[in-house]
Amino acid sequence: MPDSLETSPQFVGAREPAARGATPFRWERKLMGLHSALVYFFLYAPIVILIVFSFNEARQTARWEGFTFQWYGKLMENKLILRSVQNSLIVAGATTLASTIIGTLAALALGRYAFRGKGATQAALFLPIIIPEIVFGVALVTFFGAVQFQLSIWTVIISHVAFSISYVAIVVRARLAGFDRSLEEAAMDLGAGPIQTFFRVTLPLILPGVIAGALLVFTISIDDYVVSSFVAGAGATTLPIQIYSMIKVGVTPEVNAVSTLLLLVTVVMILFAQRLQQQSGDGGNKR
Amino acid sequence: MGVKRTTTGTRTGTSVKEEAATPKKAPYLLITPAWLVIGLFFLLPLIFIFVISFGARGTYGGLKPIADWGAYLLSGEFLANYRQSLEPLYWPIYWRSFWMAVVTTGLCLVISYPIAYYIAIIAPARWKNLLLALVVIPFWTSFLIRTYAWVLILRTEGLINTVLMQAGLINAPLDLLYNEFAVMVGLVYGELPFMILPLYASLEKLDLTLLEASSDLGANHPSTFWRVTVPLTMPGIVAGIVLVFIPSIGQFVVSDLLGGAKSMLVGNLIQNQFAIARNKPFGSAIAFELTAVVLLLLLAYAWWSKKKGQEAML
Repeated sequence: MPDSLETSPQFVGAREPAARGATPFRWERKLMGLHSALVYFFLYAPIVILIVFSFNEARQTARWEGFTFQWYGKLMENKLILRSVQNSLIVAGATTLASTIIGTLAALALGRYAFRGKGATQAALFLPIIIPEIVFGVALVTFFGAVQFQLSIWTVIISHVAFSISYVAIVVRARLAGFDRSLEEAAMDLGAGPIQTFFRVTLPLILPGVIAGALLVFTISIDDYVVSSFVAGAGATTLPIQIYSMIKVGVTPEVNAVSTLLLLVTVVMILFAQRLQQQSGDGGNKR
Repeated sequence: MGVKRTTTGTRTGTSVKEEAATPKKAPYLLITPAWLVIGLFFLLPLIFIFVISFGARGTYGGLKPIADWGAYLLSGEFLANYRQSLEPLYWPIYWRSFWMAVVTTGLCLVISYPIAYYIAIIAPARWKNLLLALVVIPFWTSFLIRTYAWVLILRTEGLINTVLMQAGLINAPLDLLYNEFAVMVGLVYGELPFMILPLYASLEKLDLTLLEASSDLGANHPSTFWRVTVPLTMPGIVAGIVLVFIPSIGQFVVSDLLGGAKSMLVGNLIQNQFAIARNKPFGSAIAFELTAVVLLLLLAYAWWSKKKGQEAML
């Protein structure tokens, strides 16, 4: 999904308005511009409001009673939140590492070889993206229960890896599509072995795709609530689960503060991933 | 995608044996870890709940042991959960999940088309990347937090009520949260980027000279739009519909946070069976039905793309 939807710089600027008759009238353009502005407002206003409220002195009301950092200070004292942040970082870190390696290997297999069971493999990799999360969550918790697998932080990591591999495989495979095989052949001709060729030639070339996939998985894992809520054992509460239970109890400024921090982390990751994808040219467009 | 060249470096001569062996084994070695994880922890659990969905709930929330398999199968008892899931008691939940997903999809389409058109065709070139990035960012940020933001806005002491009360427009706070309206807002808000992006991708590829031709041949704007632009961007429209409809119908977080007892969706019903009612076989049956609906939709989409001779956008 993500890779086919990104910007395509090579098209930008290449389009001149066609003849006068084909282009929308001025009022039509204005109206669409206005509509777009409203949509952007709709998309961003809630996020901005959340961030602003996290600095609001008021505890219960939506009235502005002055600027404060105190809710962020309170977060640092809240052991439950700190613990959940720690858990989330462990889960997201481990998930990213494991699924990036496994997903990249899968992408290499799919991107360069014709082999038996390729269609089935593609279908199996597609499933985690389309099956509703809730179904996956209940299936896993039932399965873990049946095989007497104690729920812990490990079950969270395993579940996250299971649905993250697909995302890495898709992003890296897209990058492989624009890959010049002759570079590898040249390395081999010059006497490099397959392993040396992989680390010295192949990996550096697909690295932007690999990193973009890793960042994507990190944000998905650190944001995941639905699946985690089913498979997290006692003491393995992740940040989204913690936030969710706080929201359920009631709106507090601490929730606004912690949400703002989580937003900040993911936005930084996304911007980084976007940059990488753009640097890696149109690799993401070919699906 | 082209996977034509399967052999590499056969020219080297130094390690011919090794080279010849790799192409055969390599893909299997590379794909094994992925298959192991997805097979064990994705496919197997899914198969597992499928099997369980034919069982009966035991006394302690587990499965009831089956004494006589022959009788169990012959009596049709194994379909009890599916029969139960079709009882009129649950119709309102299915109906609500369906119409809310349909309305969400429709609203997203109507809201997204003009903005996608604006970004792809009207906006000055130097703004395009920025405008698109602004759509993509919420697409990746926490769905949970973006949903929660609406609690802040819609609740009794929330932003809208506070502003309206202070302005003296209302005397008592409006009930904006914990109803179907709030769920609808949350769904549209959450799914909007999933519609804008495929529409943009389609509109971006649109050949403007065709619009020109249509215009030269005497078509007015509405007629060009409906008879040229819309048919040519149909792949984006259909992809967007699929991308919005599927998550909407399986939604659970939005209805749980923004909805009340009367806006329960299928996702909440499933969650209930596992977390509260402890009727796993019944919950599994509904989960499987939901999965079947989603897969059928995707199959229909794949069939449609094939018929149109277009490469699926998903």
